[in-house]
Amino acid sequence: MNILTDYFDNMLYLSILIIGLLTGTFCRKISLFKKLDTSISATIWTMLFVFGVSIGSNKELVSNVGNIGLQAFILAFCGVAGSVLAASMAFSLFFKKKGGRHEK
Amino acid sequence: MIVGCLLTGILCGMYLDIPFLPYCKDISSYLLAFLVFQAGLNLGANSDFNYMKANFQWSSFLFPVFTIGGTLLFSALASILLAMNLWDGMAIGCGFGYYSLSSIMIIQLKENVIGMDLASQLGAIALLTNVFRELFALIGAPLYAHCFGKLAPISAAGVTSIDVCLPAISKYSGQEFIPIAVIQGIVLEIATPMLITFFCG
Repeated sequence: MNILTDYFDNMLYLSILIIGLLTGTFCRKISLFKKLDTSISATIWTMLFVFGVSIGSNKELVSNVGNIGLQAFILAFCGVAGSVLAASMAFSLFFKKKGGRHEK
Repeated sequence: MIVGCLLTGILCGMYLDIPFLPYCKDISSYLLAFLVFQAGLNLGANSDFNYMKANFQWSSFLFPVFTIGGTLLFSALASILLAMNLWDGMAIGCGFGYYSLSSIMIIQLKENVIGMDLASQLGAIALLTNVFRELFALIGAPLYAHCFGKLAPISAAGVTSIDVCLPAISKYSGQEFIPIAVIQGIVLEIATPMLITFFCG
């Protein structure tokens, strides 16, 4: 099973996040770090491109997309809709009671 | 831009002979590591920890429950709408954007129950659903923050609230919501495989 390796990967990414966080905290003066927004966007775009390539080259997936694409779209749409509605409930429960401190 | 990059990638993968094709999986995990590192740097260098601490609430640990509940309820509705098996629909929804793990797990767990063909079809639906979820979370973050409150981009992101969507959350929800996003990412990474096993069993 690949599940154990996946767990290991998650811990790896969490440690990378923490290492980055510590590096950032101790090197606040480096002005290059102010431009991280741009490089983060660029990295996300590159990732999506590479990901697109691996989807596009998966012939089985591409040939089935007509059948399963709509189902997947509806499932994803409903999943996002449900969680977003739950989040809006949580937001009014957790935050609005306390005098709207979080509202801008 | 986000959709454009993905579409260009898909088209290139379909019609061009990409030399790095066998390494796609490795490249994306290195890119993810690089992205997470930058997100960490950005947090460390450009955020106000006192502000975050002042706004931190213990109820943050409850928030993943809302994400899980909302997703499950609406995934169940979607599977009724699609005339799918209710449990299958909920297992797919439980990927929370974790497309690699959820599709592999669903195929493995379902193979003995419904046979390889149906299991791999279900796995493909899980893969696409969770890819769509990640995309919706990335593209829609400003919209959700505006219409459903600042917690909405976090719950839409699911598991990816700790990595791919963290920069977007920080931008559209605000720095004070980063701890909640990180907590949700960790909780869902642990809960996802358990929930999928439960719904596939």
